[in-house]
This record gives sequence, C-alpha cells and structure tokens, in this order.
Amino acid sequence: MSFTISDKSKLVDRRPMTFKDKIYLPAILGGLKVTLGHIFKKKATINYPEVKREFSSTFRGLHILNKDEENRERCTACGLCALSCPAEAITMESAERKPGEEHLYREEKYAAKYEINMLRCIFCGLCEEACPKDAIYLTQTFAPANYDRKGFIYKKEDLLIPNK
Amino acid sequence: MFLLAITVSFIIQKIILAAIIIGGSLGIALYATWAERKVSAVMQDRRGPTRAGPFGLLQPLADGVKMFMKEEIIPMFSNKFLFVLGPSLAMVVALMSSAVIPWGPDMKFADGTSFSLQVADINIGMLYVFGVVSLGVYGVMLGAWASNNKFSLLSGLRAAAQAISYELALGLSMISLVMMTGSLSLNDIVSQQHGFWDGNWFSWNVFKQPLAFLIFLVCSFAELNRAPFDLAECESELIGGYHTEYSSLKLGFYLFAEYISMFITSVIISTLFFGGYNFPGMDALANMVPAPLFSIICILVLLAKAIGFILFFMFIRWTIPRFRYDQLMNLGWKSLIPLALINMLITGAVILYFNK
Repeated sequence: MSFTISDKSKLVDRRPMTFKDKIYLPAILGGLKVTLGHIFKKKATINYPEVKREFSSTFRGLHILNKDEENRERCTACGLCALSCPAEAITMESAERKPGEEHLYREEKYAAKYEINMLRCIFCGLCEEACPKDAIYLTQTFAPANYDRKGFIYKKEDLLIPNK
Repeated sequence: MFLLAITVSFIIQKIILAAIIIGGSLGIALYATWAERKVSAVMQDRRGPTRAGPFGLLQPLADGVKMFMKEEIIPMFSNKFLFVLGPSLAMVVALMSSAVIPWGPDMKFADGTSFSLQVADINIGMLYVFGVVSLGVYGVMLGAWASNNKFSLLSGLRAAAQAISYELALGLSMISLVMMTGSLSLNDIVSQQHGFWDGNWFSWNVFKQPLAFLIFLVCSFAELNRAPFDLAECESELIGGYHTEYSSLKLGFYLFAEYISMFITSVIISTLFFGGYNFPGMDALANMVPAPLFSIICILVLLAKAIGFILFFMFIRWTIPRFRYDQLMNLGWKSLIPLALINMLITGAVILYFNK
C-alpha cells in the first residue's frame, strides 16, 4: 500500500535496458551535449576579492554608530537597543557630558562604553528599529574573519562612523 | 648488418631525440593537469585556477612545489622496496611507449643529411606498445600490494582485473587493423595513411576501421584507469584507491604518470587511426616550405590531434558517472570482445573478397 503526500514523487524506472541503453553511446553523446553546452554559459563564480557581488538593498550587516551634522555622537545610552536585542549582544555604560564636551556629544548623557558581540548578534535589525535617536544603523558590510573571539567584540571606536 | 650502422653520432642523435620527447611529454602532461582543472571548471560553470600567473598558467608549478614540500610517509609495515618501486615503475612505463612513435617524417636538411623523428623504428612497434601498456598495471599493483592496506589491495586487484580484461579487446581490435595494414611497424602504418584521400576512399584508418577505433578508444579509457572506468581509484568505496598510503612526490608520480599515459595513448590513437602526422593537403605544403620546417609542421599536427584526444578524455571524465564493477566486466567480456571478433571476421572477409 502506498500513498503520496505531494505529487512530486517520481517512480524509479525499473524496466530492463533496451538495446539503445545497452550500447551506452547515445546516452554518452547526450551527456556530452549537456556538458559541452556549458562551455558557452555564463560562469556562476565571480573573481571574489577583485569583483564583489552586490548585496540586496535590505541586507543587514555590521552596525555603525551614527553622528549628527556637527559630528556629535547621537547615542544617549538609553539602552533601548540592548533591551530590544533578542541575542543580548549589546552592552553599554553611560556617562554624563562634562562642560566643554558639547562638540563631542549631542545630549547630556552619552555612551562611555558601547560593545556589540558580533558572534552573538543575529543581525535582525531590532536595535536599529528601537533606537529613538537614529544613532545605530546596520550597514551593508559583514564582519571580517578573526583568529579569536575577542576580535569579534566590537568596541565603540570600531562602531563609530568616521568624522565627515 | 644492423649493428654496424650504429655510430657515435647515431647514438647521440637518438639520446637527444629521446630527451626532447621525454621533456615534451612531461611538459604536455604538466599542462594536461592544468587543462583538466580548467575543463572541469568550464563544464561546471566555474573558473578553475586563475591565481597563479595569467589564466592560472603557473598552477602546475605551484602544484609541483606543493607535492614536493609535503611530508613523505612510508607506512611502517609496508614493503619499502616495492613501495618505492610502484610509482617509479608507473612513471617509467608511462614514458617508455613514446619510443616507437613516429613523431614526423624524416627531417631532411639542405646538405643531404636526414634525421629520423622516431627513436626506434622497430618492425614490431605495435607489439612493443602492447607489451609496455600491459606493464603499466604493475606500477599500480605493486604500489597497492606494498602499501599493506586493504583498500589499496582491493584497488590493485580491480586495476589488474580491469586491465587484463580490456587488454584482450584492445588486442583483438588491433588485429583487424594489422590484417588490413599488413605490418606491425608504426612507421609503416602511418605512411600508409598518407594525406587524407587516396583517390578512392579516406586514407586514415578510422574511416576504414571505425568499429576497431571505437573498441580501441573504449579500451584505452579502461587501460588508463580513467573515468568512467576509474574503479581503481573509486573514492566512495576505496578511499584513494591504490595511492591511499602514498604522499608527497610518490603520490605526485602516480598522478602525473596518469597524465603522461593519457598523452602517449592519445598520440598512439592518432597514429593508428587518425593518420599520425599526416594531414589533408600535405603534399602541396611539402613543396612550398623547406623540408625541416615541413617536418616541424607535421609534428605540430600530430600534437594537435593528440591534444584533441586529451581534451576528449577530459570531456568524457566530467560527463559520465563511473561504471559499476559488474557493468565494467559485462561490457568488456560480453560486448567488446565479441564485437572485436566480429570485426576481425568482417575485415578478413572483405580482404579476401578484394584480393580475389
């Protein structure tokens, strides 16, 4: 007895080989037609380090910490990103802005320490959505390989967008 | 009489020629490994080696250096002498059959001297080739036996059984060719295929003996231990086959010997069936260019034919899956040998009919 879940199953052909099958040559020529046809096909491989394949426009890669128009950090260490993070990859410590530091931090509170563990991160983008200050964004790059786990914990210096 | 003809200059000539042929065979085999990787890449929509030099042309050198730098391991319970003899024999035997191949017509210089492009024009050239080809399996067998590894041993058994089975059909298919040409000398066989059209019919043997050619081609796949008959190195069942225990240069020798035999076999197929160095319109060309240049063109034609066959061997390897062992034996004993016998019968009947 047998039943099929889908119509995709295909019965194995167990009929005895015909004379055409037994001399193999037609099948071999058919195979050669397929493989030789591939000579003229576009190659699936690209020359990776020289040529890079474009990511999708919705690709979520490494994070950056954004700055405002006057090159001041936007992050206020509110902790919403850490709270929203399902992988608990983000930790931070906040600090109070001192007088004379107004050109560095936009608001009175800022992140003294901001770390993302890229091994824990699942690149879901929830931190980006949770951020009320437009401070964290996911970019189109991915984390490069490293020799030890420590190298995957990205500090604030690694994450901050360079000065404009 | 023959011994008297041997002079010092004759010996030096032959040594130089042999050195050039061996060097050339090694070079072509070197680039055959590169070509194999490129061919497989193209057929699978990949790029193949591209990093070492332009188009990856230095890849064979890189492979050689890699093989050379690897640690050389000789298993503790192996038979050390045979273990080393195996790959050496494979390499030597692969190169040996190049001695009787006529690479081109005699080079005639302006001062009347001529230089034969065949190392040894022996009148039993074909038998010599067969003898050497049969020796080829000893390299595999000895290496497999000396490894003291059950997978290697099984692989050696397979290789030996396969080679013996297919040598029969190979020899039988050749008999019908020899019946037609009436000579075992490769030089005679090639000169009988002069040009392309002898007035009544194509002069190349492939048009006179298509069935023998087909049988010879299939059997040479088996003799070379190449896909689809590469049961001796069947990875899924036998790990690496007879070279499971080999490493470093000795492994390189085995792999390289396969490519050398492939080249030599391609040259032999071209010589026996595709007119050797003959090509259409060669008489017209011979009158137009100086004689030494003509000889070189003939060599290039033979090489072009051989390279065509090498590529064909590669296309087949990357097209069809491996045969099962019983299928291999069925094909050899139940199809190819009867076919070769029938071909012999037909050839004999035709020869009798025309000679009457």
